[in-house]
Amino acid sequence: MPTVRLRGPLKSRAGDLPDHEVAGGTVGELLRELERVHPAVAGWILDERGSLRRHINVFVNGERVGEDTAVGGDDRVEVLPAISGGGA
Amino acid sequence: MTELLVGTKKGLFALEGSPGEPFAVTARAFAGEPVEYAMRDPRSGRVIASVTSPFYGPKLFYAEDPAGEWEQADGIALPEGGEAALERIWVIVAGEAEGLLYAGGDPGVLFESRDGGAGWELNRGLWEHPTRNKWQPGGGGLCLHTICTWPGEPDRLAVAISAAGVWLTDDGGATWRRGNEGLVPRYLPEDMPPDEVGLCVHRLHRAPTRPERMFMQFHGGVYRSDDAGESWTDIAAGLPSDFGFPLVLDPSDPDSAYVIPLVADMDRVTPEGRVRVYETRDAGASWTARGKGLPQEHAYLTVLREAFDRAGEDEGFELYFGATSGDVFGSGDAGASWSTSATRLPPVYSVSAQR
Repeated sequence: MPTVRLRGPLKSRAGDLPDHEVAGGTVGELLRELERVHPAVAGWILDERGSLRRHINVFVNGERVGEDTAVGGDDRVEVLPAISGGGA
Repeated sequence: MTELLVGTKKGLFALEGSPGEPFAVTARAFAGEPVEYAMRDPRSGRVIASVTSPFYGPKLFYAEDPAGEWEQADGIALPEGGEAALERIWVIVAGEAEGLLYAGGDPGVLFESRDGGAGWELNRGLWEHPTRNKWQPGGGGLCLHTICTWPGEPDRLAVAISAAGVWLTDDGGATWRRGNEGLVPRYLPEDMPPDEVGLCVHRLHRAPTRPERMFMQFHGGVYRSDDAGESWTDIAAGLPSDFGFPLVLDPSDPDSAYVIPLVADMDRVTPEGRVRVYETRDAGASWTARGKGLPQEHAYLTVLREAFDRAGEDEGFELYFGATSGDVFGSGDAGASWSTSATRLPPVYSVSAQR
């Protein structure tokens, strides 16, 4: 299964574990399954519409992707806050 | 001892002290995150804070002690699978029933909690209001920023939305009607239709000893209502400007109101570089400047709508306000004189005071 890697507050809310093997065929499916397994993450990555929050980036094997990107096998999925969300 | 909960661009600050002297910072929570608003429910002692992470979205958290552990509240979200997402929670207010709290937010939404702030539900009557598709956001978004309860009557509420006007309910939020008669928006054509809802209310307060009496800071205008928000009369004559955001009342005097005028919508700073609070004791017939102890030279401050509050109800109650400069000012004599309570905080979004 693909591995979702979390950092910072997302890691803290997911049992304080960085790596999570999650079932799903797309990035969106992975993140929804992650929310099901770790309800404390719900609303932190995806909003009520099921969309990635504006200033969250997802990378698959180092490449920035969207919710519809297909994943499988040994893919490594990283969820990171975007620099666009920062402010002075 | 008075506690101030100061929401800032970079976290929540809990301060303790007395008027006339600098307050001590006793806790900082949510470091680096915008904290729109925080309040301590006087009934339970619980502190509830609105935090809007630019990354992880708007959330409410609660704690018994601001320096302790915070829990995330449940239910602060719009219906799943819809076309809208919650942008921000602007304000939290204690209701008139045991454990009842309200939270207002963007996009023009009201949430209710009946368990002291741990779990929340969206008010469907306002969310599904048939005029909603006509509502337009103000500069800060489509924010429901004011919730006025009615002492002893939990079913009666007035809320204000920028820029969708005043909404009134007498049935606990099942149905809502407009409360905009008499408001004159200078930013709309004079021949606007009577059902226009694009009214940019900045702040409302209800006089607790005469609940039909309300005061409003409008986007260009200060108004009074004597019929519980159904209609409004302009009372801005005598102020240096009729633009501003915050408003506070003396709870024992229904003829009282305090405002902090800013120059205009195109120049949102204190007029003439002088920081002055204006007080009326005759329901808006006249206004008196209260600037003793406040900066009076080259002081161009911006005071946001939630950043002005009072503590206590007796004669000589305390007043506090914060500015985006990071300064917080306090008065221990109902505004007659002021001193600096804190300085060099991050830009202040909100102040709530209790003693």
